[in-house]
Amino acid sequence: MKRIYIKEEYCMGCRICEVQCLVQHSKTKNIIKAYKGEYPKPLPRILVEEMGHLSFALQCRHCEDAPCLDSCITGAMYRDELTDAVLCNEEKCVGCWMCVMVCPFGVISRSEEKRVASKCDMCYGKTEPVCVKNCPNGAIVYRDEEKNEEC
Amino acid sequence: MAKRPVLQDFWVERDESKCVACQACVRMCSNDVHSFDPQLNRVESDSSKCVGCHFCEAFCPTKAIVIKRNPSQFRENENWKYKDIANLVKQAETGGVLLTGMGCDHPYPIYWDHILLNASQVTNPSIDPLREPMELRTYIGRKPDRIEPGHTNNDSLLKLEIPIMFSAMSYGSISYNACLSLAQAALAAGTVWNTGEGGLHPDLYKYGKNAIVQVASGRFGVHKDYLESASAIEIKIGQGAKPGIGGHLPGEKVSEDISKTRMIPEGTDALSPAPHHDIYSIEDLKQLIFCLKEATRYRKPVGVKIAAVHNVAPIASGVVRAGADYIAIDGLRGGTGAAPLVIRNNVGIPIELAIACVDTRLREEGIRNQASLIAGGGIRNSADVIKAIALGADAVYIATAALVALGCNLCQKCYTGKCNWGIATQDPYLTKRLNPEIGTQRLINLLSAWSLEIKEMLGGMGINAIESLRGNREHLRGIGLNDTELKILGIKPAGEAW
Repeated sequence: MKRIYIKEEYCMGCRICEVQCLVQHSKTKNIIKAYKGEYPKPLPRILVEEMGHLSFALQCRHCEDAPCLDSCITGAMYRDELTDAVLCNEEKCVGCWMCVMVCPFGVISRSEEKRVASKCDMCYGKTEPVCVKNCPNGAIVYRDEEKNEEC
Repeated sequence: MAKRPVLQDFWVERDESKCVACQACVRMCSNDVHSFDPQLNRVESDSSKCVGCHFCEAFCPTKAIVIKRNPSQFRENENWKYKDIANLVKQAETGGVLLTGMGCDHPYPIYWDHILLNASQVTNPSIDPLREPMELRTYIGRKPDRIEPGHTNNDSLLKLEIPIMFSAMSYGSISYNACLSLAQAALAAGTVWNTGEGGLHPDLYKYGKNAIVQVASGRFGVHKDYLESASAIEIKIGQGAKPGIGGHLPGEKVSEDISKTRMIPEGTDALSPAPHHDIYSIEDLKQLIFCLKEATRYRKPVGVKIAAVHNVAPIASGVVRAGADYIAIDGLRGGTGAAPLVIRNNVGIPIELAIACVDTRLREEGIRNQASLIAGGGIRNSADVIKAIALGADAVYIATAALVALGCNLCQKCYTGKCNWGIATQDPYLTKRLNPEIGTQRLINLLSAWSLEIKEMLGGMGINAIESLRGNREHLRGIGLNDTELKILGIKPAGEAW
């Protein structure tokens, strides 16, 4: 199964991944409209963590044993059979924020306006997630799990 | 007079209708041009800090930024150009020597653009390099005086698959990632990179077979393993951007890694004296050449790099007679990490003339076979490469072209250590911007594109090996040159046949 991996040594901290993620998860998929004219305001599902010169872009790790799946009271969190990704069904989500509390990586954020959990869906239906495609320095890669030894 | 405001060379134009205030530019600019105003929810730009590196423009997700020359210029005229006035203003304020980076940008004649190549028509067939083999392999080093059948001893020669080498750029002047990109690309393309005088980083020893190591006036990082690891050794006497001037790596760039590689204390200025203090004559140079040859048991070529200056031909003759296996000449337009502006723009001669006069002189003296000739300083494309080789060079050195491939935008601010592209900097925030995987691939692409073009041009001339073009000035014609220039270049004017 393909996963998103981080190469923190090449992350410049430009946050272009966040920008592109936000656009991808907006209604219009147009960068200017997404930022200036959409309500509820779309959120990026990837967040760049920074400390000193070290930075990396973190999004849902789609854990094998995902605590958010166990903690979800409505069954909104589910594992997609096709991609093995952990996804949130916004129709079912009631915004209890249990998943936000249990996530060991802190990568589920609250969409206050929509009152649903907002998390990475690996750009469902796309061959390559937009953060990977648009990273200017190759700091986010999308590849098969087996091949990865670093992360 | 009233205090003059800060000079503003560039003009940051932001299209407010496109700017989404994502602040990518704010985070990316090492010169702090852009800032975010949370009250207005707007990104503001201070154009006076802009150096024109175009990094923000390149990565703006909405292409809202355009960097322009400042439209408000001085009241310049044909005699007093913008640059002249701006430099005067800077000097009146600072009282110091003006520094700059990269190569000479004055509009001196570029002879490459006044030389035309030949092609075959009717009387000799041209060759299609996609269908027939084409040889670019080049050997650098001393060639025998006469050919003895059955005797092929190429052990002490440097073998290149393409006659294009990466010129000297030290670890210190450029980042580790830039060095690694050059080393990996050299390995993949079958050519060599050059360590400059900054020593060889321990992690790069595995690329030693594709490295030329430099012994320069500061002798930084020179030790037995360093010399042994390399495929050739180069004594650096001078460089095209600043002939007769030494080097100065400021202490703030001398990090722990660099201090270990250069074998100097951390945080101290790395000063390379202008001359080698043990070389005051050709005889002294001979001693150092043979000292290095002894140290490496005559297994690898030892070359000498000099800047193209007025008497380059007799100097080159002396260098070859001193025992150099190759001589590298760096022309007027050669780049640098830092040099006094006045030196960079006014000292030396163009490489085209230097190649021609050195090749001619060495041939006349019957010692051309004793050393290879490597030309550098202002090689911009594959046509320049082929013209340099036809003028008499064995191979060429490229550095600025390689850096442009790595992202460089020639902003000429290398000396500030704030290179936004992660090349000429040691700042950990900036060096990671150059991903060596991407950098290596871009350099490999550059070399393979040039070698395809060189093969096409060779094929057009009906030549199937670069060796047959070397010094073959009959394939060149001058256009728009006067008789003296044609004589020095040793080429006929366009229109003149055999």
